[in-house]
Amino acid sequence: MSLSALLPPLLAVTLAPLLLGIVTRTKAVVAGRVGPPLLQAYHDLAKLMRKGAVYSHTTTWVFRTGPVVGLAAVILATTLVPFGSSSALLAFPGDMILFVYLLALTRFVTVIAALDTGSSFEGMGASREVTFSTLAEPALLLGLAAVARRTGSLSLSGMVPNLTLAVWAQAAPTLALVVAALLVVFLAENGRIPVDDPTTHLELTMLHEVMVLDHGGPDLALILYGAAVKLWLLGALLVGILPLHGGDPWLSSAAAIAAMGTLAVITGLVESSMARLRLTHVPKLLVGAGVLSVLAVLLGWR
Amino acid sequence: MLVLALAILTLGGCAALCVRHSVRWSTFLGVTSAVAGCLAGLIPAGRVLLGAPTQSLRVPWDVPYGAFFVAVDPLSAYFLLPIFGLSALAAVYGGQYMLAYRGEKALGVSWFFFNLLVASMALVVVARNAILFLAAWEMMALASFFLVTLQDEDESVRDAGRTYLIASHLGTAFLLAFFVILGGGASSLDFDRFTPSSHAGLLFILAAVGFGTKAGFVPLHVWLPEAHPAAPTHVSAVMSGVLIKTGIYGILRTLTLLAPLPYWAGWLLIAVGVTSGVLGALAALLQHDLKRLLAYSSVENIGIVALGLGLGLVGLHAGLAPLAVLGFAGALLHVLNHALFKGLLFLGAGSVLHTTQTRDMEKFGGLLKRMPGTGILFLIGAAAIAGLPPLNGFVSEFLIYAGAFTAAASVDSEALGPALATISALVLIGGLAVACFAKAFGMIFLGEPRSDQAAHAHEQGRAMRGPMVLLAAGCALIGILSTPLVGQLAPVLEQVTALPGSTVHAALGQVTGILGSISLGAFGLLVLVGVVVAIRWAALAGKPLAAGPTWDCGYARPSSRMQYTASSFTQPLTDLFGPLLGPRRRFTAPQGFFPQAASFTTETPDVYRERLYGPLFAGVQKGLSAFRWLQHGRIQLYVLHIALTLLVLLLWKLAQP
Repeated sequence: MSLSALLPPLLAVTLAPLLLGIVTRTKAVVAGRVGPPLLQAYHDLAKLMRKGAVYSHTTTWVFRTGPVVGLAAVILATTLVPFGSSSALLAFPGDMILFVYLLALTRFVTVIAALDTGSSFEGMGASREVTFSTLAEPALLLGLAAVARRTGSLSLSGMVPNLTLAVWAQAAPTLALVVAALLVVFLAENGRIPVDDPTTHLELTMLHEVMVLDHGGPDLALILYGAAVKLWLLGALLVGILPLHGGDPWLSSAAAIAAMGTLAVITGLVESSMARLRLTHVPKLLVGAGVLSVLAVLLGWR
Repeated sequence: MLVLALAILTLGGCAALCVRHSVRWSTFLGVTSAVAGCLAGLIPAGRVLLGAPTQSLRVPWDVPYGAFFVAVDPLSAYFLLPIFGLSALAAVYGGQYMLAYRGEKALGVSWFFFNLLVASMALVVVARNAILFLAAWEMMALASFFLVTLQDEDESVRDAGRTYLIASHLGTAFLLAFFVILGGGASSLDFDRFTPSSHAGLLFILAAVGFGTKAGFVPLHVWLPEAHPAAPTHVSAVMSGVLIKTGIYGILRTLTLLAPLPYWAGWLLIAVGVTSGVLGALAALLQHDLKRLLAYSSVENIGIVALGLGLGLVGLHAGLAPLAVLGFAGALLHVLNHALFKGLLFLGAGSVLHTTQTRDMEKFGGLLKRMPGTGILFLIGAAAIAGLPPLNGFVSEFLIYAGAFTAAASVDSEALGPALATISALVLIGGLAVACFAKAFGMIFLGEPRSDQAAHAHEQGRAMRGPMVLLAAGCALIGILSTPLVGQLAPVLEQVTALPGSTVHAALGQVTGILGSISLGAFGLLVLVGVVVAIRWAALAGKPLAAGPTWDCGYARPSSRMQYTASSFTQPLTDLFGPLLGPRRRFTAPQGFFPQAASFTTETPDVYRERLYGPLFAGVQKGLSAFRWLQHGRIQLYVLHIALTLLVLLLWKLAQP
């Protein structure tokens, strides 16, 4: 383990809220507005941390534990994803499985915290969340299986440095399919358009935001921060598959950071240019992403 | 020592039967002998697993081809662990649980059958003679049948018992054929004298059907969701936790008897695993009867075990030792894990049923405040069965995943198909299990009570919570410190894979290395939770904390009937996967400008029972009704039929040279 392995978690926990700022700014620019400052998300988090909290009579300790365990799982997940030229802090064969299941743990505690309120809004959000993520997870893991087959490595930190331009030249169709599938997963799992709209809080947004309607103050800050880190992590996974590796380590890290920024801009552009899908159409999009991943695996059939 | 354990169990059961009229004495004798017998049985099992040589005992028997031939080898010992462990805990729990039936039922009878069930399960996994094995197998089926039909005044229970009895015997018929063909080649029915048969493929199918019926492979699982809910809860826990595992034991034993198997055997188990796992998970998700939900989830977990076994076989065939070791180790560990968390969940469900007197999930809610201890234990079980880190379900599923990824990344394209099927199935199962157990925990323990029964629920006694605490501790311990346990699997794996010891040890060494990283991650998670708790505590220190009603977007008068219910929670998934399972819905749409009544309920009957076995058995009945004139109730004519048949057989025998 080298010191550089500390870089990916550090970047994730510090820069994640910035990503939200870039997305919001992009949307504002496209809409012809000035928009909030790039660092607005940090200010929001700081403000929420300074507040008190209101708890419903219906809730129990489950409601208070949800945000805590959820954030801890996401932070642990930052030690599994490599970034740029730095491999992850915790790298072992099969680490992508732990990554996916840590996100599942976050989802589980968020869902039961939502059900703890006894509110039908939050029940609805929880119900939709488990439905869509059931369909998004296969796309993610199968996509990573395709990459594992191409690179012959079973750990994220082993795969990512091998995805150089030369490998891309050889296996462009497979990797492009994986990138497409992961982009859909990235948008869906983070509750972005076309699956969910993170800017509204009521009927239009019946997914991530609605599950946390009753949380406030520091609890909400933990949830929002966890969501930002998750956005960064899935983005880092997507960026890791792009051919940005080889050559100077500093250069490739800088390239990865630039790519993350670009991804945020792309997210903003997607959100500005299309509407949210009808709920009944979301499964089709997610299953479609899964099919792309299966195709990517099958392309490796020798 | 093991024989002593069996004797304690049987004699204790008989003693409880003798004093069946005294509630106190029959419970005392039943529970004590069950616990003492189980503890005595754990000793030889533990010794063999820790490296003692295989112990065996052979007593000649008068039965043709039979012998009282038992042996404890690593494979048997590994299955004895959950059998004795979970049964002892279930007995302690049942001691208090069964008091609810005081006055209605003779408790001594139920303890007699319970002890007999435990003894026969243990005998099944140590028997080394086919006659003895089948006798124990039959004893196990009958003892559990009588436990299932304890509440036989209820028609649905009688129906469940009948289904169970028929399914068990159809399965046993396949096993009979299996042993006859296998023993026919060797002209002995002792396991150690069986010779590799030329019909390995046929024999494997017979075993897969026979043992698969007991294990609950789809579509042979139909008895399972009927019988498990009907039994008293501690019996359901034993049936779901360990009884169905004797089917898995049977398949593993078959592998050692039949090796080498054809290539498609691995594919067959993977196909079984995919269908059982996915359909079991979906069916579990759609159930609103708590015990049926848990029963279907057993089908799902048996599917996961079958996926592991299938991958292991593919690995053996393709010569990929790491894949074989990962597959079999994952399957074996999942057997133990499932006994732990399914036992825990059934016992938790039992406590809930005990106080609310209902199994309908639409009627629960808010029980966490009324039963805090049971609630947190149920939550641990739910998270474990959903495969979430840092609990034990994650570790065994991880091993199977790791096997599938190893296969996907290997150059051998023979293994790619199974790998793809396993990964897709496991990840889908994982997502569905999270949904299912979030629903189960959420609808039972969270929110506001949806009925009076739930509002007046109260915590259960220590004898019922104690066993659950031990099971939950097991779940957490295996989740965080899996390395030593998986290392101990080496002798079992050597026996099942028949690979050289050094190969198994090398592959297992890599596996335990990876599990070390997972343990590190689990510790990391606990530390991070501590850190975040500290941050939250610091942020909230000195701040105003208010309490109020749930905000609900400003709606001021929420009532408990407005909560999301189990039906509404699963509605999107029901819509998506409905065609696979055919749920029935009753929907009364609101009408007019001032709608009065509207309702929506879903119900999911077993699709195989309705569409496959229903028509099949109706057809059989129709075909056989031609012979109904034989059945007229005149005993003298029945005797005549028997005498005539014997005469014909005698003539046939004499006519042969």
